[in-house]
Amino acid sequence: MTLSRRGFIKLSGATLASSSLSAMGFGGNGAALAESVRPFKLAAAKETRNTCTYCSVACGILIYSSGDGSKNAHSNIMHIEGDPDHPVNRGTLCPKGSALLDYVHSPGRLQVPKYRAPGTNEFKEVTWEFALDRIARLMKDDRDANFIAKNEHGGTVNRWLTTGMLAASATSNETALLTWKVARSFGMLVFDNQARV
Amino acid sequence: MTNTWQDIKNANVVLVMGGNAAEAHPCGFKWAIEAKIQNGAKLVVVDPRFTRTAAVADYHAPIRPGTDIAFLSGVIRYLLETDQIQHEYVRAFTNASLIVKEGYSFKDGLFNGYDPETHSYDKTDWQYEFDEQGYAKIDDTWQNPRCVINLMRQHVDRYTPEMVSRICGTPIDKYLFVCNLIASTSAPDKALTSLFALGWTQHTIGSQNIRTMAMVQLLLGNIGVAGGGMNALRGHSNIQGLTDVGLLSNQMPGYLTMPKDEEQTFDQYMSTRQFKPLRPNQMSYWQNYRKFFVSFQKTMFGDAATAENNWAYDYLPKLNLPMYDILRAFEMMVHGEINGYICQGFNPLMAFPEKVKIRRALGKLKYLVVMDPLDTETARFWEDVGPLNPSDPANIPTEVFQLPTTCFAEEDGSLVNSARWLQWHWKAAEAPAQAKSDIWIMSGLFHRIRELYRKEGGAFPDPILNLTWNYTNFVDPSPDQLAKELNGKARADIKDETGAVVLKAGQQLDSFGQLRDDGTTESGCWIFTGCYTEKGNMMARRGTYDPRDQGITPDWAWAWPANRRILYNRASADVQGNPWNPAKPIIQWDGSRWVGIDVPDYGPTIKPSDGVGPFIMNSEGTGRFFALDQMVDGPFPEHYEPMESPVENLLHPKVQNNPAVRVFADDRADFGTSAQFPYVGTTYRLTEHFHYWTKHALINAILQPQEFVEVGEALAKEKGIADDSWVRVSSKRGTMICKALVTKRVRSMLVAGKPTHVIGIPIHWGFTGLAKKGYGANLLTPSVGDANTQTPEFKAFLVNIEPSNGPEGEV
Repeated sequence: MTLSRRGFIKLSGATLASSSLSAMGFGGNGAALAESVRPFKLAAAKETRNTCTYCSVACGILIYSSGDGSKNAHSNIMHIEGDPDHPVNRGTLCPKGSALLDYVHSPGRLQVPKYRAPGTNEFKEVTWEFALDRIARLMKDDRDANFIAKNEHGGTVNRWLTTGMLAASATSNETALLTWKVARSFGMLVFDNQARV
Repeated sequence: MTNTWQDIKNANVVLVMGGNAAEAHPCGFKWAIEAKIQNGAKLVVVDPRFTRTAAVADYHAPIRPGTDIAFLSGVIRYLLETDQIQHEYVRAFTNASLIVKEGYSFKDGLFNGYDPETHSYDKTDWQYEFDEQGYAKIDDTWQNPRCVINLMRQHVDRYTPEMVSRICGTPIDKYLFVCNLIASTSAPDKALTSLFALGWTQHTIGSQNIRTMAMVQLLLGNIGVAGGGMNALRGHSNIQGLTDVGLLSNQMPGYLTMPKDEEQTFDQYMSTRQFKPLRPNQMSYWQNYRKFFVSFQKTMFGDAATAENNWAYDYLPKLNLPMYDILRAFEMMVHGEINGYICQGFNPLMAFPEKVKIRRALGKLKYLVVMDPLDTETARFWEDVGPLNPSDPANIPTEVFQLPTTCFAEEDGSLVNSARWLQWHWKAAEAPAQAKSDIWIMSGLFHRIRELYRKEGGAFPDPILNLTWNYTNFVDPSPDQLAKELNGKARADIKDETGAVVLKAGQQLDSFGQLRDDGTTESGCWIFTGCYTEKGNMMARRGTYDPRDQGITPDWAWAWPANRRILYNRASADVQGNPWNPAKPIIQWDGSRWVGIDVPDYGPTIKPSDGVGPFIMNSEGTGRFFALDQMVDGPFPEHYEPMESPVENLLHPKVQNNPAVRVFADDRADFGTSAQFPYVGTTYRLTEHFHYWTKHALINAILQPQEFVEVGEALAKEKGIADDSWVRVSSKRGTMICKALVTKRVRSMLVAGKPTHVIGIPIHWGFTGLAKKGYGANLLTPSVGDANTQTPEFKAFLVNIEPSNGPEGEV
């Protein structure tokens, strides 16, 4: 069964009444309704299961994107909705989760690495190589200059206090483990995340 | 959360206090509504404001911000005085009968052992009396006046209904109505669920707020049962996971703790982590600490961690302070003691108190690295944005790097929700332009620095050079491989007691019960062991089967620990092993083992007659009314006023605030008085926004476009403030100009006989994004934290409010 959008709107007006009937036990109309909306399912889009990025209810979401995941296909997310199979949210989303698409495509999303030199009044676009090389240099020099191997009593303490880090509680557990390994291997103690707020 | 989101529907009473779930967690809050519909539950809200949760509640009682301990201590007093407690539960499953050491005392607001010089307690006497075998002494008859229950009764005796009402501003009739509803769940087959959030944590007494409620729940027998529990509704999508993996100054993965200066050797470190049972036959599960620690060090350093070098114990940095928390970090920074700072998806300029201090501190850095999907204020702290962010860039020497990262939709991985479920998610699209994952960026930094140490040498390179990095893609390790590392594997063949090989070398572990302390196993986070086994990625499971429709869904994703959905579920059955609530059992004893719809939080074949307590992580096996030496500010909770308060402490005027709070001198100088700032300010979020992110999302920016404060009608009339007019809101730390929303939802309260007004300050606006520009609520908040956790006191401070001519008129 194929339907134009106009035809769908007409039919859905009719099925509003019939779905009320089906709620009272006239089940056949429910099947007709499901059949009538099927063409509007984003069947040709790639469906990806994900989790809302905001609060810790962790609502299940379905992300619909163009591109089939092959290397030369350009991917673009065009729709996000609640996952009806999810046992907590059962397909619902709040005013934040419903607007996730606007977060993904926000004009505030950063595109390229930027650098602000001391005393200047602007960010300049730089390459990843410049940024990571420079940060690595600054960190190593600071660590070498300020690393505390022994405390005032001669005890081994191996800590680095002059560079600190805030980790992100919207990142995954996998990112978290890797971040922990790197930060602590340097001897960092000034190290926290939003759980402290 | 001890329980699951769906389990809320099993409650008879839903108490929302210290949170606003309808606003902040709408899709989880639906289960509170289900409790009303399916279970006839009463929904009760205790909150300074008539919130969105209150709007759908059966009952709302107002309370002055920062007085929850007084309210809940009064509830404890009420339950004891009217004898509405779950007697069998309290006797068998709590430390009510244990005898407290001579020396413990409480007088005029102070516990014994206080040192005013250091603002800390000597906690030696916050202990039990022990017998010759080293077990805590007990009096089941509760005749001994040093029994925990008797000391608790004595401690809360001062919290009479009249006193509670005078401190909290809650009218006595409303307070007693709530007491009565709470008490109704002392029946063994009735349950109350406590839903709370930052409304309890963001106080100088935050940890004790939560403890007081946990004590109420133990008295009612509501921990471990269906529809019960202590349910912290957490904020960010993986704030639970970041806590579990220990990305906190003093933490290691799985709630192991970082070593201190005085623990110079591994043996010294372990000597304070023995967890010897304090009662006969108790599991005291932390006795396995050494296995968890050694297995973690093997994950970190592999072959470089050996028995000979004490599992590379010296590679871990040692703490000379309890912690280098964020408030301390900015205190150090403002004094020039920190040169570099990395903000990975964190916007401290907006999220931390006393914005002026934060901005000043960031300007003292040599370098600042910001990794974020969005253009944050922190990355632009140096920009002059007029009164919203006054700055002189020419005089700020900080090098700033702004690195674009992927967001949730552009990466694979697992997140831990409030109910401890590890849920896997999949990448849907490529990141925009040059944005990269945090994994790629951290790996890139690590490789460069390790390479510099290889070439140049430098300070103690050993842990850097020996860090395990055996990922297939070493420049961009796959989340799949990192998840396996979190779970852990056998490094040699693992045998059971009979000598049979249960796991071959290299195989993924099934459970943390397989961990060894001899270096033959490794695990990146022991409580996650079982999440990724030889059977595959358990976090990716999507089975919706829910036995008896009770909200357990054991085959959906995976929950730590051991896929257990309800913590302390042994306590859902009585001493003999029969469920307290036969209509909603979780586990029960069938004569040979524990059976039911959840994984037992207990040895599966331990007989009820063995007398093993249900709180297996605690050394005495019971829930604790008396917290021993686990809290820095007392074994029982006590009401102390917020650092900025409109009244003196009615219980003990000489001890106004929490005596164990740490206050830096310059922060203390920035506290205001009620003479200058007569109103109570409290900050919170709105359902349309998430912190400082969603002002970048167009629809959300349209839904709540502009910074405002909520003002009660009485105060608005008194100050001549019209609805939707401009106001000037100030604290000792700053002044902001914003719109006023005059409302009936915030009413004045009578506190100690004096009308007290509360001003509500939503937090969501800043100087980047699509919404109208704003100052941000943390311009006003004080820089001081909870005595135990250092979580800032955002929920109760002092402000003033005046009409304003608007931003232009002010200039």
